Amino acid sequence: MRSQVVINPISRLEGHGKVTIFLDDNGDVSRAYFQVPELRGFENFLVGRPAEDAPQITSRICGVCPTAHHTASVKALDDLFRVDPPPAAKMIREMLYSAFMLEDHALHLFFLGGPDFVVGPRAPKGERNVLGVIQRAGLEIGKRVIEVRKEFRGVLTELGGKVIHPAHGLPGGVAKAVTPEMQSRLEGIADRGLEFALFCMELFEDVVLGNADYVKLITSDAYTHRTHYMGLVDDKNRENFYDGELRVVDPAGRQVVKFPARAYLEHIAEHAEPWTYVKFPFLKSIGWKGFVDGADSGVFSVAPLARLNACDDMATPRAAELYEKYFETLGGKPVHHTLANHWARVIEIVYAAERFRELVRDPAILDPMVRTLPTATPQEGIGVVEAPRGVLIHHYKSDENSVLTFANLLVATQHNAARIAMSVDKAARSMIHRGEIDDGILNQIEMAFRAYDPCHACATHSLPGHMPLLVHVFDVGGDLVQEFRRDG
Amino acid sequence: MAEKPKVAFYWCASCGGCEEAVVDLADGILEVVGAVDIVFWPVALDFKVPDVEALPDGGLAASFINGAIRLSEQEEMARLLRRKSKYVIAFGSCSHMGGVPGLANLWDKKSIFDWYYHKAPSVEDGGGREPRESVEVPEGRLELPAFWDTVKTLDQVIPVDYYLPGCPPTPKLVANAVGALLRGELPPKGAVLASPRALCHECPLNDTKPEKLLLKDLKRIHLTTVDPTKCLLAQGILCLGPATRGGCEALCIQANMPCTGCFGPTDEVRDQGGKAISYLSSILDFDEASEIERALEAIPDPVGTFYRYSLPRAYLRRTREVKRHA
Repeated sequence: MRSQVVINPISRLEGHGKVTIFLDDNGDVSRAYFQVPELRGFENFLVGRPAEDAPQITSRICGVCPTAHHTASVKALDDLFRVDPPPAAKMIREMLYSAFMLEDHALHLFFLGGPDFVVGPRAPKGERNVLGVIQRAGLEIGKRVIEVRKEFRGVLTELGGKVIHPAHGLPGGVAKAVTPEMQSRLEGIADRGLEFALFCMELFEDVVLGNADYVKLITSDAYTHRTHYMGLVDDKNRENFYDGELRVVDPAGRQVVKFPARAYLEHIAEHAEPWTYVKFPFLKSIGWKGFVDGADSGVFSVAPLARLNACDDMATPRAAELYEKYFETLGGKPVHHTLANHWARVIEIVYAAERFRELVRDPAILDPMVRTLPTATPQEGIGVVEAPRGVLIHHYKSDENSVLTFANLLVATQHNAARIAMSVDKAARSMIHRGEIDDGILNQIEMAFRAYDPCHACATHSLPGHMPLLVHVFDVGGDLVQEFRRDG
Repeated sequence: MAEKPKVAFYWCASCGGCEEAVVDLADGILEVVGAVDIVFWPVALDFKVPDVEALPDGGLAASFINGAIRLSEQEEMARLLRRKSKYVIAFGSCSHMGGVPGLANLWDKKSIFDWYYHKAPSVEDGGGREPRESVEVPEGRLELPAFWDTVKTLDQVIPVDYYLPGCPPTPKLVANAVGALLRGELPPKGAVLASPRALCHECPLNDTKPEKLLLKDLKRIHLTTVDPTKCLLAQGILCLGPATRGGCEALCIQANMPCTGCFGPTDEVRDQGGKAISYLSSILDFDEASEIERALEAIPDPVGTFYRYSLPRAYLRRTREVKRHA
């Protein structure tokens, strides 16, 4: 009997998401669709707005990663006005960016991705949440996560005005400089941040890498896709969150192309499907070949797993050591296992903490000169950053009065949309057989997209909880034949 | 033990920042969790729409709803939560006034779809497919919620009891609102739960604002060096503090940036943009038309400047066909 399984609403998402699974006559999966029912039209209503307002308007795309949009936008404005910010301004931007990456990634580890490992992928549903993590790891750890997060978000508030929707970014610099008094406080925060980052790594090694079953799960075929990968790298091909060129490697790990963000339209195009509001970027040189793996498919991936695959090294010492170990353990480069995103993310927590510490300890960050006033006639600007969830590109054009006439945005989770759709489909095919569905199976399908942290981290920031699922199985006539519900 | 009041959190067309604002209660979140029973919060908890439907009408003490109303599903959820809740609190600028997503009311569904799925330069050659509310795929039928022409505020689709302003509301205001709810010390219905006065009254630079402000010129922020010790308006930088409700403690101004108005107007004002324009006119010291025109060049986008967070709530409405991308 053919039937349809609808998972709706899935939650702990930044926005709304829906999975529809079609079963064949044998109760096996013929295809699972991951749908994104969300669209707000920012590209349209940016037109007509003053360019200098774009960093604050576009941060409203995402209140979880507002710093990412704010920074991509302000870099696009630097380009639009052909203005080079003073060194201290660039350092402050990158310092704030590192603080943001650290607190954002850490929350994924403890609240969203972590519970599946610390508590267990098939553990009782009521425990598979942050409270379960605290129960097993201790209340002190919970308090420490809250405390570290508060400190780092405090840094973003002090310099950015607001942590949710920062205000500091201007073309040519930032609105506020770092004082010596502030710097001495930041150094303390940086030390505690690095300690915390290394502790995260230890915890991950103990809990996940020390468990042979988890290593097997991570490397299993159900969670593996051989795609291209894209990430921002510096001039030595080391990973960078704030600046550099976009590097693409193929499924064998060979560089396909490296290009500045200004050339993105030569390399990336977007495919649309009638069943979802999200667009699917793909590599233009290869073309859209559907939701398929391999060197012949234009599908690529971004975010931690992809960033580590796309770079040659990490730019800070502890992160570089961890990077070596990661590839050694997982059988060399590139790593194609979706769940390895969790490990890569912890390595990036260490990198963010080390980079933050380097920047706040550098006396050059104290230079009160943090703005270069634009003088050139604005025309066109493109800015890129690595958002926690991957490559983020803002592209603007303006009239000579710097009023925007054009905006195009390629957002992080969007780049992963095709691979996420493939991951959910493959996990569903691997887990559901003969129409049999249970809670553990559903959670293991969820894990396929949870690993990407698809810009839904806000979902995980506070209360204990897990993804609520309501599954309806209909027969072909549309009659409900089975309801499966995972209770809270 | 007495049953704890039940509350719900829900989001519509929003960015997730309001959910983060709740989480930014930090240690305070534990007190909230101890005092109330959160029975619906799709972002964090495992309760479903049928769980809400199963509650008796009025069975929820309060629903905190953030986000504007952009899709059919959002209005349906707002109606359901209204029916189940004693109090509905519009949480944040988007549900209060439409917010930044409300700027989309300068456009409509067709123009947004035209750009996003057809004309954007990154759309694949020969593209031209766009999402539909119901679509046949080889395996069956898939559905999406309807995307409307117009973004609405929450109180344009259901009655709202209280408003928590801000993009996002500050943790302090959220804690105060929850506290007032728990103690039963709520103000009259319709109240905005923040300062009744304009932002200037709590601005650290207010002492430097001249008694009688008269501007000879206006400057755009990116072309101006800011003196962080002096009232921004007095420096000729357009700050919406005088036309905006206080309560945020002047966060943007402490980052040397002007207020952009996210807390909305004060109690006696309905149209924030109108009030801001009227205030600005009163402090511009110009006589010649040419001087006025030159000064207004610093405000090339009056709608986006004065109504950045409140267009769906404004008297200003779309009356003719929207512009189309070339």
